[in-house]
Amino acid sequence: MKRWLESLVNTWEGVKAHKLRSSLTILGIVIGVASVISLMSIGRGTQAQILSNIESLGSNLITVSPGMSFERGGVMGASGSATTLTQEDAEAIAEQVPYVATVAPYSSSSQQLIYGSNNVNSQVIGVTPAYQEAYNLETAEGAFISEYNYQNGSKVAVIGSNVEEELFEGASAVGQQIRMGTSIVTVMGVLESKGSSMMGSTDDAILIPLSTLQQTISQQRTSTGEHLVSSIAVTVSDQGQSDYVVSEITELLRSRHGLASTDDDDFSIGSMEELVSTVSETTETLTLFLGAIAGIALLVGGIGVMNIMLVSVVERTREIGIRKALGARERDIWGQFLSESAFLSFSGGLIGVGLGWGLSKLISSTGILGNITTMVSSDIVILALAVSVGIGLLFGFLPARRAARLNPIEALRYE
Amino acid sequence: MIRLQAITKVYPMGKRELEVLKGVNLHVKRGEMVAIMGPSGSGKTTMLNLIGCLDIPSSGSYYLEDREVSRLSPGELAQVRAKKIGFIFQTYNLLPQLSALANVELGMRYAGCPDTVRSREALDRVGLSERASHKPSELSGGEQQRVSIARALVKDPPLILADEPTGNLDSHTGAEIMSILTELHKEQGNTLVMITHEADIAHYCQRVIHIKDGQVEWEEEL
Repeated sequence: MKRWLESLVNTWEGVKAHKLRSSLTILGIVIGVASVISLMSIGRGTQAQILSNIESLGSNLITVSPGMSFERGGVMGASGSATTLTQEDAEAIAEQVPYVATVAPYSSSSQQLIYGSNNVNSQVIGVTPAYQEAYNLETAEGAFISEYNYQNGSKVAVIGSNVEEELFEGASAVGQQIRMGTSIVTVMGVLESKGSSMMGSTDDAILIPLSTLQQTISQQRTSTGEHLVSSIAVTVSDQGQSDYVVSEITELLRSRHGLASTDDDDFSIGSMEELVSTVSETTETLTLFLGAIAGIALLVGGIGVMNIMLVSVVERTREIGIRKALGARERDIWGQFLSESAFLSFSGGLIGVGLGWGLSKLISSTGILGNITTMVSSDIVILALAVSVGIGLLFGFLPARRAARLNPIEALRYE
Repeated sequence: MIRLQAITKVYPMGKRELEVLKGVNLHVKRGEMVAIMGPSGSGKTTMLNLIGCLDIPSSGSYYLEDREVSRLSPGELAQVRAKKIGFIFQTYNLLPQLSALANVELGMRYAGCPDTVRSREALDRVGLSERASHKPSELSGGEQQRVSIARALVKDPPLILADEPTGNLDSHTGAEIMSILTELHKEQGNTLVMITHEADIAHYCQRVIHIKDGQVEWEEEL
């Protein structure tokens, strides 16, 4: 302990003896580390923002759609293959697949909505009450479609916030009747805005009971009399079982649809988890790319350290000679110079972390670079510190070796 | 204590070779105080470097305390220097960024036993306890040389080597330094080998060895 403390003091003495030179060396590392921290915090912040947008849809969501999956060469356009999912499929999933929390089959169609003199073209989605839970929907006013509404085919609707805005222009919507195609529905609720998202938004949609949609707009059935739906949303009770649930649903639907083992699936399943991981990978790449750019600055700082240390070795040739005459071994000299360069770059790293952290706070709070969220995570901080010490050791290596190998007689004679 | 047998040292000088020492034989007993004299270029500094384990001979054998040290690796030589030898230089060779006390303590550091109390005592014995916290640049030449004597003596090494210890000092200060050295030598009983080209400085010693052209020319007992 005493020895360790002593060598720290010695290192400090060496650094202190050349204040200006030491601070300039540190500055190079400070800039490098600060840019790594701030750029990577921008990357991480953006990633977190996108992921939270996706997760607001429900991260344990699995969507079953008719048609072939993307991986099998794109979506098939043939109408026959695109209308294979039925409400009965959904019921079978709910009954037979484990780890399933909710199953929400739905159908949609585009209709013109009219209220007073306002009209808007909107997507009408026929849903079951489970739809609310599957997509994490909240009502800002009124209530969501109930089991009673669904069983009775009530002519009621829950509208998205944009639809409300365009039809009612701020007036109260709940209880009002709007014309939807050829029928009239009563608004029983307004959804809270979810903002735009990659999956399309319920802000622009109108939700009615699936039974109502089947009675008033379209009554599509298969040859065996089952009700066709356009998609089935499934939520998983245990997120870790997502893959298992996907494979179980695939199995079940293949057998229900009577597919031979050589046939391709006539439906596709996309899980939100899959989407999340794809997006994470993409943004992680972006973050690494930003980090790599900043890493170049850090590298330049490291070369600065090497440069200074080489100068320092030449300047202190005589000191090295004296130390050697007093009995310093090569590894003592090595240790001295390596710990000096590591000390320089580590303090540079510490200051750089502080500066980078401050910078990223500044970027997100003032919004100079637009609406960017930043996030300084501990792994980046630890990485940056470790890299800065590593750089000190790496670029201190050559100067330290040169110092250690000096011939003591020549070093003592050096003026 | 010191036994040199047929020591030669050859330095490459471009394509030719320069033979600085041509078969030196020398014997120094434990506790002796010996001066080496000779004209410049006679090889006395090279000889002191060999005795001080800063270098190894091209041929011949060197026994320090009955251990052959002429074939040791640089690391082993460093250990010998750390434990057995104290150096006093003409130009003092103190580290400018360290205080007098820290410079003295540096003398023990590589022997593995840094000790502030002993360092203070050593400074005390050369009469510099008042100036322990001064940097070398704040000390006179004589004071700096006293710090370097304290540095050499603090680890109480069996062998002390001095390369013209009074060469940079006026005769009065030189005499002062020599009386400190002889007094400490008497007290501690280390073996002391010094180079000088001043006859009156050599007279502080018990024996003078005259070197010329890389060989011991003659010796005189005083």
